[in-house]
Amino acid sequence: MILAWLIIIMMIGGLLAWLAGKWNVLMCRWIALITLIIDFIIIIAIWVSNPGNIEISQKPEWLIEFTTSWIPQFGIDFHLALDGLNLILVSLTIFLGIISVITSWTEITEHAGFFHFNILWILAGITGVFLSLDLFLFYFFWEVMLIPMYFLIGIWGHENRVYAAFKFLIFTQASGLLMFLSILALYFIHGKATGVYTFDYLQLLGTSLSTSESFILMCGFLIAFLVKLPAVPFHPWLPDAHTEAPTAGSVILAGLLLKTGAYGILRYALPLFPQSAIAVSPYAMVFGAIGILYGAKLAFAQTDFKRLVAYTSVSHMGFILLGTFAGNALALQGVVVQMLAHGISTGALFVIAGSIQERIHTRDMTQMGGLWQEVPGMAGAGLLFSLASLGLPGLGNFVAEFLILAGSYQVSIGLTIFAASGLIASTLYSLMIMQKVFYGKKKKVWNIKDLGVREMIMMGAMIVVIVWLGVFPQTFLNTARSSVNNILQHFTSRNTKVETGSVDKNNLFQKINFINMIDEKRSNSMILTGHEKIILRREH
Amino acid sequence: MTSIEFQSLIPLVTIAAASIIIMLSIAVKRSHLFVNLFSLVSLGLAFLSLFFVPDTTPVMIAPLIILDKFSFFFIGLIFAASFFIILFSFNYFKQQEGDKEEYYILLLIATFGSSLLAASINFMSFFISLEIVSVSLYTLISYLRTKKNALEASVKYLILATTSAAFLLFGMALVYAGLGTMRFNDFAVRIAAPDTHVELAIAGFSMMIIGVGFKLGVVPFHLWTPDVYQGASAPVTGFIASVSKGGMFALLLRLFISIDVYQYQALVHTFTIISAASMLIGNLLAIRQNNVKRILAYSSISHLGYVLVAFLAAGSMAVQASVFYFVAYFISTLGAFGVITLLSVKEHDAEDIEDYRGLFWSHPVVAAVFTAMLFSLAGIPLTVGFIGNYYLLAAGVNSSLWFLVVTMVVSSVIGLYYYLRIVTVMYSLAKETNEKLRRRTFTFGGGIALTVLTSLLIWYGLFPKGILLVIKSIAGI
Repeated sequence: MILAWLIIIMMIGGLLAWLAGKWNVLMCRWIALITLIIDFIIIIAIWVSNPGNIEISQKPEWLIEFTTSWIPQFGIDFHLALDGLNLILVSLTIFLGIISVITSWTEITEHAGFFHFNILWILAGITGVFLSLDLFLFYFFWEVMLIPMYFLIGIWGHENRVYAAFKFLIFTQASGLLMFLSILALYFIHGKATGVYTFDYLQLLGTSLSTSESFILMCGFLIAFLVKLPAVPFHPWLPDAHTEAPTAGSVILAGLLLKTGAYGILRYALPLFPQSAIAVSPYAMVFGAIGILYGAKLAFAQTDFKRLVAYTSVSHMGFILLGTFAGNALALQGVVVQMLAHGISTGALFVIAGSIQERIHTRDMTQMGGLWQEVPGMAGAGLLFSLASLGLPGLGNFVAEFLILAGSYQVSIGLTIFAASGLIASTLYSLMIMQKVFYGKKKKVWNIKDLGVREMIMMGAMIVVIVWLGVFPQTFLNTARSSVNNILQHFTSRNTKVETGSVDKNNLFQKINFINMIDEKRSNSMILTGHEKIILRREH
Repeated sequence: MTSIEFQSLIPLVTIAAASIIIMLSIAVKRSHLFVNLFSLVSLGLAFLSLFFVPDTTPVMIAPLIILDKFSFFFIGLIFAASFFIILFSFNYFKQQEGDKEEYYILLLIATFGSSLLAASINFMSFFISLEIVSVSLYTLISYLRTKKNALEASVKYLILATTSAAFLLFGMALVYAGLGTMRFNDFAVRIAAPDTHVELAIAGFSMMIIGVGFKLGVVPFHLWTPDVYQGASAPVTGFIASVSKGGMFALLLRLFISIDVYQYQALVHTFTIISAASMLIGNLLAIRQNNVKRILAYSSISHLGYVLVAFLAAGSMAVQASVFYFVAYFISTLGAFGVITLLSVKEHDAEDIEDYRGLFWSHPVVAAVFTAMLFSLAGIPLTVGFIGNYYLLAAGVNSSLWFLVVTMVVSSVIGLYYYLRIVTVMYSLAKETNEKLRRRTFTFGGGIALTVLTSLLIWYGLFPKGILLVIKSIAGI
């Protein structure tokens, strides 16, 4: 029930903030902030009371689970569950939610009540997406987060906001409906085969599909997720939406909405359709690698600060695609860290872009320059997050990209080399931000204030997280490990079943090697259980 | 006539009697308020009496109409819709000049005709009730005849409706010639019998598609829709969109099942094309419109196209899905036209999209309600339209109607665009808020109606369990 409360608190908080906004603008900001802080305390309490290293079992094991019947006629349950992976992501959601409320404190003056309503409802939708284990519920939340986001961009955005909002919504809605068709098809295939019509994720996991069915259904899911991610041919909505959105909108878009795509691939596309996922994985990895370089190249060509940061997201998401389809524990661990690190570092860059725009009323980098002397605090934070973005060791993104590349190296050396060159490109664009905005000659006499206490606290919190990610990634890796292994186990055990039941020994040894690199003891036990499982399957 | 038959007829009789009493009351004294209240009360009573009909249903009245759960469900739906429309109408007509009382008579008669249509099981009663609806509508559409476009709309409707009725009649004659019966229940048996001319009957049914298609406003029989929607006054448009389509929809569903359309490839293909064309053309033509009533007209074309997907899906799920979708469509359409009616002023209806600029900031509640209605039509979650959409897609996928299902997905994305256009205008931060909008006030009745409709919209969107049970129980026709 605590999981449902996480969502309900946000929804109620949103309604209250809307009402309060009619009387007192400040009150609605505080209501939104307090709502999120309550949620944050809850999720952190859950995290602290469930330390990492949860025993690895063959069945997915949930820290907390909540099920209640919703529409029994269709076999739809209100089924929420928490494991390590979505624990991390929900924490990130609420953390960035707090950041986005704080960053809007002075930026949004018009209709602040409705603004905070939208923010909280987007966050509620995203939290729902991360937590739900019923495919119908998942799609429900997937849609719920779109409309407030549309309003956020369309009402409080910059010059070209209506166009950007339309583009965002049409792209995501169209791809979402394709996913919905796949969900329905899966529902009926499972129902006809077993007589149990249900949208429950755990039950649908075992559905046996023919190769072509599995491929088509997976495409439906994958398109929705790749548009959200976004992977390279599906990215055109992103730069517009990110650029035109208000700061809070950009933070949520980059930090959270994109993560729902990555999460969807991990939670749904891979475990539900393992054979097809393996079949498309080389292509997906190629697109991931292309995305890394293409996004970086486009980022380098921008003069609009926010647009530049938006394209860096395309590049970073390329790493996520590459790592996800590499399909080994190392890469998947990297993907989890990347989701967090990218959320924080890109979010912070958008906050900086937003606070510059609030002060000098432009995002055009050709008009900036020499801001370091004026706003040393902001410039320092900018430097740190640019360096995070280029993958400086000691900060979160480095760990993530290193793990992903190390993982994909096991699968394809060529692609990894190609993708690794993206790190050089990211160095270029990250340093360009610093050069054009904070260093160089002053173009004008600026008379602007440095970060205030409110902004300093916000930046400080983000810096702490990104450094923590860089120095002690083990905290997060431990929490996510069991869920990552579960995904992987599903992936590989189904795979061996398909391959006429023979155990691919090389594959197995290879896997032992990777996982040993992370944690020797644990991985051995996991491999053993995996091995036993395979043997058991063969005996049956 | 037995007492059970009489008891089952009470809802219909109440409405018929109410219209006569209003007619007489006008002879004594004209009072808009009295007539409005009286129609509301009689519709309310008729609606309540539906819950007290004897349990022994179905009751067959002559071989003409059947009063079973299915009929009662649709009659209830039609009554409720008329009830809401009359609630919306009061303020709208109060500000108009001229006599307003006859409007309610016509509305009640049309409601009666539509309810009868939902209960018809014979070509005779089918045609008579259809004409009752049509003739009332000719007058209703041009009721405020001094308004721009009203007469044009009425004449257009008159000509096209009579033409399509002629096709319908000819079709019925052919079916009768072929099968020798006019009763829906006998068709299946007669078609299988050796001494009948099935090909004549098929030709007849095909011609009947024209009459039925016209009433539902599906492509290619949709040409009247935008003009009539625009020309008629807002509450009447709401009535055409909901009540007049509801009765025909129920009848078509009954006819579909009684002749078991699925065994005739030709008819199935025809309906497939009609459905796909309605979805696509309706949504595509709506994109460029700047008149909200015309947008909703095209949107209704596409919605009927969606419903046909469920029709074609066959099986018990099909009936349930289409009935549920129709309930969702009723709620959202009534709400949308309710908002338009309430926002209209004496001189003109609130139909220009610019009338809505910045509405959310001046009238947040009304704008939020309108947004909810439009989102429901677009099938966005938290509204009943989402569940309806889900149900239709599920029915389509279940029967592997991939062509229709994919068309539906594509066209609903197109549809989303123009619903969002209206929404965007309402939420745009206009520097000067529309002065015309500012002075609009809302009546108690209209407010109540919108509140109820919005609550239903969200309640059924979140907890459809209850209504699904009801629909399941009536679906076995």
